[in-house]
Amino acid sequence: MSAIDALFERTRVEDRAALVGYLPAGFPSKELSIRAIETMVEAGVDLVEVGLPYSDPVMDGPTIQAAADIALAGGTRVGDVLDVVKASAATGAPTVVMTYWNPVERYGVERFAADLAAAGGAGLITPDMIPDEAEEWLEASGEHGLSRIFLVAPSSTDERLAMTAEAASGFIYATAVMGVTGQRDQTSALAEPLVSRLRKVTDKPVGVGLGVSNGAQAREVAAFSDAVIVGSALVRCLLDHAGPDDALSALRDLVVDLRAGMER
Amino acid sequence: MTVSPPAQPDARGHFGRFGGRFMPEALIAPLDEITEAWEDAKADPTFTAELARMLREYANVPSPLYEAHRFSETVGARILLKREDLNHTGAHKIRNVIGQALLAKRLGKPRAIAETGAGQHGVASATACAYLDLDCTVYMGEVDTERQALNVARMRMLGAEVVPVTTGSRTLKDAINEALRDWVSTVDTTHYLFGTAAGPHPFPAMVRDLTRGIGDEARAQSLELLGRLPDVAVACVGGGSNAIGLFTGFVADEEVRLVGIEAGGDGIETGRHAATITGGDIGVLHGARSYLLQDEDGQTLESHSISAGLDYPGVGPEHAHLAATGRAEYRPATDAEAMAAFELLCRTEGIIPAIESAHALAGAIVLAEELGSDATILVNLSGRGDKDVHTAAQYFGLIEEPVVLDEGTEE
Repeated sequence: MSAIDALFERTRVEDRAALVGYLPAGFPSKELSIRAIETMVEAGVDLVEVGLPYSDPVMDGPTIQAAADIALAGGTRVGDVLDVVKASAATGAPTVVMTYWNPVERYGVERFAADLAAAGGAGLITPDMIPDEAEEWLEASGEHGLSRIFLVAPSSTDERLAMTAEAASGFIYATAVMGVTGQRDQTSALAEPLVSRLRKVTDKPVGVGLGVSNGAQAREVAAFSDAVIVGSALVRCLLDHAGPDDALSALRDLVVDLRAGMER
Repeated sequence: MTVSPPAQPDARGHFGRFGGRFMPEALIAPLDEITEAWEDAKADPTFTAELARMLREYANVPSPLYEAHRFSETVGARILLKREDLNHTGAHKIRNVIGQALLAKRLGKPRAIAETGAGQHGVASATACAYLDLDCTVYMGEVDTERQALNVARMRMLGAEVVPVTTGSRTLKDAINEALRDWVSTVDTTHYLFGTAAGPHPFPAMVRDLTRGIGDEARAQSLELLGRLPDVAVACVGGGSNAIGLFTGFVADEEVRLVGIEAGGDGIETGRHAATITGGDIGVLHGARSYLLQDEDGQTLESHSISAGLDYPGVGPEHAHLAATGRAEYRPATDAEAMAAFELLCRTEGIIPAIESAHALAGAIVLAEELGSDATILVNLSGRGDKDVHTAAQYFGLIEEPVVLDEGTEE
């Protein structure tokens, strides 16, 4: 059983949704990104998404793009991302990498899979890689026991939901809105119907992301999903506070608020 | 060897190992919708007749084929120019935008968005949207809004909203990113009027279908004028829409060499260029696998060219395929070579070419030296140079004002 499968087994027994937290590696620095991940795991994040900063993040809104730009300007390389994965996995939380496809292809799909697995990584979330193009990745992920977390969207047809769910492992990432990452005032009315449609075609866990930024929103999403995925709001904690202590303290408070909201 | 038909992509949009769809899942259903709608439209005589009428009555298509006698004498080979500079809005781009705007109407979408580099595609999009009564938003890198201010004014005159893009390198690639972000949020009401034969399937094939009139017309015009086909067909390649439009008309004619001229910038060896096939590697950018300029980690590198329209670190997947199979060859022309060709065409023919098209002319000059006076070289004069007068005047020192080169406006 993979680390991600074990996590969802545990949260099912505990009758709660898992909290998934995203932060880009190397933001605001390599060292601080590791401390931030440790902080959010201590405060209650169950599964860590380490972002691989990329020059052209078309699925991301201004908050995550700003963080990626800072990480890249700071000289973050793929090797640094793998170091952050290693540190994150050492906390005991299953750790996956969220990456656009070209850096993986450039590194070499098989080599990336091998090095990610060696660093203790549990899988990849691929926002611009659909199963239709994923032949090489399906093979490499199978070879190295990595979960392949594909995205589905409110616009996905039932046929594509079934195909994507079949190809996915670990969990399925349901994007709650038609849009890019970023905080929103209200949770999306599109998320619940999407999850319902997914439930008809798969028993695999479903995580919901895009736009969740506080405990109240997390509660709504946790009511119909297996995992609540939070990204931009966590990144904002680090963007908005200049001092590391203030930033980490804000991060801790947010995670505690999210987890409190998710208690059933 | 057997003559191969134009390389259709497979059902999922692959040209050999290139192309495909590397896109967020949210956009797959809309891309499928466009794919299907375009296949239907192509087969619908009412649609194709309407498009042909618009191109003829409104866009001044077909453009003439013109024998450039004085330019030919100077360069030492027979040079034919496909005069896309005479189209409405001054470039081949009008062919693509009228077709896609008509398709947007067919899809019932009241709004179109576009990205633009030099501003030519933005102006063409704004024009087509005014003509066909669509709301229009154009994303343009902030760096490009500065070096192509006149085109920003043109788009606004035509009723388009121009959004300067301040993320990343603030050039064409970032304008595409921003347009994609808009599109994923507004796709129910909005068509993405993509400007070149790149991006996710079906854009490379659809844009080729819409621009192939360039080559089909030039082929028939060559036969009429010469009684035979040219020896070489030459076009500049940024994303590659004018070149794929020209090449498609000749790709089955094995005896016609196809040569794409990429923007060599300061020279390939300097690293400051936009010659994606010549100086890049295979990877994925903006939805397709093709050649791109990237670093060791797969981060997109900034491209450099005096021509804003060629200043893009990617290239359409069908060009990657034509290069890989050897059917077409791709060479660079530097800024300096392009500007020398620009000046020569101005002085010998009284035609001010777009700096993009001047790269194709520079390629033709080199080919003329290689092939000699018996050779007939067809050059796609993809656009006119009115938009580039300021850049060229600064380059040649014809006006007295502070020179602001690209370097001055970059981060």
